[in-house]
This record gives sequence, structure tokens and C-alpha cells, in this order.
Amino acid sequence: MGQPEITIIGGGVVGLSVALGLLQAGHRVRVLDGADSDARASQGNFGLVWGQGKGWDFAPYANWTVDALAAWPAFSKTLKELSGLDVALDQSGGFEFFTDQREMDEFSAMLNTQQAHVGERFSHEVLDGDDLRSQMSGIGPNVVGATFSRMDGHVNPLRFLRALRVAVTKLGGQITSDAHVAKIAAHQQGGFDLTLTNDDKLGADKVLLCAGLGAMTLASDLGFRTKIRPQRGELLITEKLGERLPFISSTVRQVDEGGVQIGGTKADAGMDDSETLDVMAGLARHAVDVFPALASVRVIRAWGALRVMSPDGYPVYAQSTQHPGAYLITCHSGVTLASMHASRLVDWIDETSSAPNLEPFDEHRFAL
Amino acid sequence: MNIASRFNVLPDDRQTVQFTLDGEIVTAKQGISLAAALLAQSGTASRQTVNGAGRTAFCMMGVCFDCMVNVDGVPNTQACMVTVRDGMRVTRQIGLRPLEGSNDV
Ligand SMILES: Cc1cc2nc3c(=O)[nH]c(=O)nc-3n(C[C@H](O)[C@H](O)[C@H](O)COP(=O)(O)OP(=O)(O)OC[C@H]3O[C@@H](n4cnc5c(N)ncnc54)[C@H](O)[C@@H]3O)c2cc1C
Ligand code: FES
Repeated sequence: MGQPEITIIGGGVVGLSVALGLLQAGHRVRVLDGADSDARASQGNFGLVWGQGKGWDFAPYANWTVDALAAWPAFSKTLKELSGLDVALDQSGGFEFFTDQREMDEFSAMLNTQQAHVGERFSHEVLDGDDLRSQMSGIGPNVVGATFSRMDGHVNPLRFLRALRVAVTKLGGQITSDAHVAKIAAHQQGGFDLTLTNDDKLGADKVLLCAGLGAMTLASDLGFRTKIRPQRGELLITEKLGERLPFISSTVRQVDEGGVQIGGTKADAGMDDSETLDVMAGLARHAVDVFPALASVRVIRAWGALRVMSPDGYPVYAQSTQHPGAYLITCHSGVTLASMHASRLVDWIDETSSAPNLEPFDEHRFAL
Repeated sequence: MNIASRFNVLPDDRQTVQFTLDGEIVTAKQGISLAAALLAQSGTASRQTVNGAGRTAFCMMGVCFDCMVNVDGVPNTQACMVTVRDGMRVTRQIGLRPLEGSNDV
């Protein structure tokens, strides 16, 4: 195999999904991935394949997310064929539970706006607490209601990351670990020189910056103006249970292996990804409000992880105007959007005739 | 099934306590961990994994979770993390715990 024509910086779910799509389109791809000490959202996330609320105030994102949801079943099948791993996709519909009527009313209004952006392709229902309790046993009395959308679901997040790695390798992609890019220099006549922290030097025709929070420094070297910021989320996981919970929700979900994952907090804490007692207690209380039988179930692990957020929270798909072979690809909800990153985004990079219009995701929206 | 234990209990004159393991009476020295008592009593598995494999205490320090048993109705209790008590009702942990597992606490 010759020198890979495309170098992807970052081997999280975003970089690997794009790598997979590029390999399927016939490109030679190399993925340079940093170190275990990096903040890695792909190793600490909640595994939701989720649409509710996404892009209610930004139609392109609402549509892109619905496309992603629709493409997930085929995407998970491809992953299984290539990697032999079943990511346990369950898209049987998801609930957002509320214990505060005002919050629920606000969220329902957002879903109505989202619905207007995407029309028939999305659907949602609003259930009040008693309706909910009559349809599903075990929901707590403090739940005032829930919204439901039938395309929402989840995967096993760590198995998903592994499946991507195996699939990329299977298709001939080179993934190098502990390859932390320290510097990128663009040639006058096109192409890039990459310097790793161990002083290794590599050449690349095209560079895709998919380094999550690691893109904060490299992006400006390539002339991008997007400022990525961390947002901390904390999660709990319980001991494994023999029964299945009767629902998937964005805050309480049962992993296929049996443990219940509880999460959904948001905090600005810089690069500090530690967990905090009051937040963990709040998460546990919420889970017990939703499903009181969880009260006797033990929490066995808790962690914090940093979301990768653009200034407005929407994805950034941008080609550098100064250095046209350089791309910045970053988003929150990289699990949900993976099915797009492995397919339609590649058409956009390749500028094929069927390329989607990703103009709304360009970073010129952050121009001062 | 009662495999002879390969663990020797140090001779001392401490008092003993009695607990039950799946209904069978077991005698143990006071003050030792439940995991030590189970190992001293026999080498048989004290839990079964989801796949049906037998396991018993291994690390004795709370990390491996292979010593999980049901203690007085509380499932998935790490036997190496509790001290034996007189009258403790211990049952082997077979597979995953049910959601409503802690019936008698
Ligand atoms: C608590 C939490 C819950 C979440 N829940 C969900 C969810 O339910 N559903 C969903 O869709 N999304 C969820 N997300 C978001 C999702 O996890 C992220 O969007 C996604 O993981 C981002 O992937 P990434 O590849 O961009 O970043 P990362 O996972 O951070 O990967 C970036 C990679 O780049 C490497 N790197 C960094 N700098 C360099 C460098 N200089 N050189 C080489 N390599 C470098 C790092 O080592 C790392 O492996 C959640 C995130 C968090 C934190
Ligand atoms: S023996 Fe390892 S956790 Fe108890």
C-alpha cells in the first residue's frame, strides 16, 4: 500500500466513522490517534442514537439528525458485517421523562418546532403522567409526563467504538495509537507536514481534523476560527440486572449487558472531567423518581466526561479556505451522527454529484 | 457437592459464629470476612456468571467482584467486604440479580 492520501487526526467515533466511509469509497486512509490521557468523549458517552430536541432552532441540524436516525439500521448492519461485532442498536423509540410540568411544556414546544422543520420524517407524542403509568408499569408518581419519539434509541457505546476500529482496520485503514500530532504545517503547493510529539514527521495530501477537544489548538494552525469548548457530563452505572427496563430514555437507559446507565448533566468545568458528589446524588434521585424500583439497585461506577461543543452546539464541517486540503470535522452527538459521517459526509468531502449541502454547517457562521 | 477446602484456618481460640449458605449451616471464626469463611468451608463456586460459569472469591480486596453472594436478601454483596455474623443468611448468587432483589431488607 502506498502513502495514504488522507490522514485523519483523531481516532474517536467521529474520526473513525469518517475513516470507515472514506475507505468504503476507495480511499487510502491513515488515522493518527492521541494518548489515553486525552479527553475522549467517545469513551465516556451515553450511547444514545437520539433525535428529540435536536435542531429545534436550526432546521439543517434537525434534518441531518433525522437522516442519521434513518440510516442507523443499515449502518449497524454494515458494522456487524465488517467487524463481527453487534453494537446492540435498539431503536424502538425513546422517552424524555419530566418531573416538572413547566420544563415538559417548554420541551414539547421545542419538539413542535422541530417537527415543523422535518415534517413527516419525524414524529413525537406527549404523554401525561397518568397515561404513561397506565401504559407502562413501574413509572414513579413524581413523573408528570414524557415525550416519546419512535426513531430514538441507543447502542452499546464502547462496543460501537471497538466495532469502528475493527471495521476500519479490516478495510485496510491504518490506525496508529499514541500518535499525538503536535504541529501541522501546510505546503505552499498543497499537502501538509505533520510533526508528532515524539518528533516523528509525516506527510499528508489531505488532513481531516477530527480530534475532538484536541482540535482546540490544531484548528487555528490550519486557519480555522471555530472555538471548541468542553462541557462536562456525569454518569452513573449500576450493577447488572436480570430484567429489562421497559423503556429507553435520554437519562436512564439499560445497556444490553444489563447495567443501567444514568446521566444527562451539563456543566462548564473547563478540562476537569472528575465527578462530583452532589451531581451524582441528583442523578440517582432522578433515576429513582422515574423508576422507583431502581432504589435498591447499587451504583458500581461513576465518571465524568467532556462533551465536544462548538460555540452554538451544532456540528462543524468546514474546509479551510487558506489550505483547501484541510478539513475540520467536529460535533456533539457523534454517536447519533456516525451513520452520516460514514456516508453522506464522505460525498461532501469527495464533492460527488450527490454531495449533501453542508453549507449551513460551515464555520463562517462564527464570523465576527 | 462438597470439595475439600484448600485453605487452612490458622489455629486460634477465637469464638465461632454460625451462618447458613443456601440453608446449610456453616461455622466460622468470628471477625473474618464472609469470603474467607466461604473459602475455608469449601472450594465450591459461590456464584455463577450469566454464562453459567462458577466463581468464588479471588482478590479478597473488593476489586474482582467474583465473591458476590446474596446476604440477608441483598443480592450482589461482595463477600470479601463483609464480616461474618451469627445468623447471616447467605445464598449463592446465580446469574444477574432481579430488579426487585432486596425483598427482605
Ligand atoms: C457524558 C457524555 C455523554 C454523551 N452522550 C452521547 C449520546 O448519548 N449520543 C451521542 O450521539 N453523543 C453523545 N455524546 C457525544 C459524543 O460522545 C461525542 O460527540 C463524540 O464522542 C465525539 O467524538 P470525537 O471523535 O469528535 O472526539 P473524541 O472521542 O474526543 O476523540 C478525539 C480523539 O482525538 C485524539 N486526539 C486529540 N488530539 C489529538 C492530536 N493532537 N493528535 C492526534 N490525536 C488527537 C484523542 O486521543 C481522541 O481519541 C456524549 C458525550 C459526553 C461527554
Ligand atoms: S474477592 Fe474480589 S471482590 Fe471480593
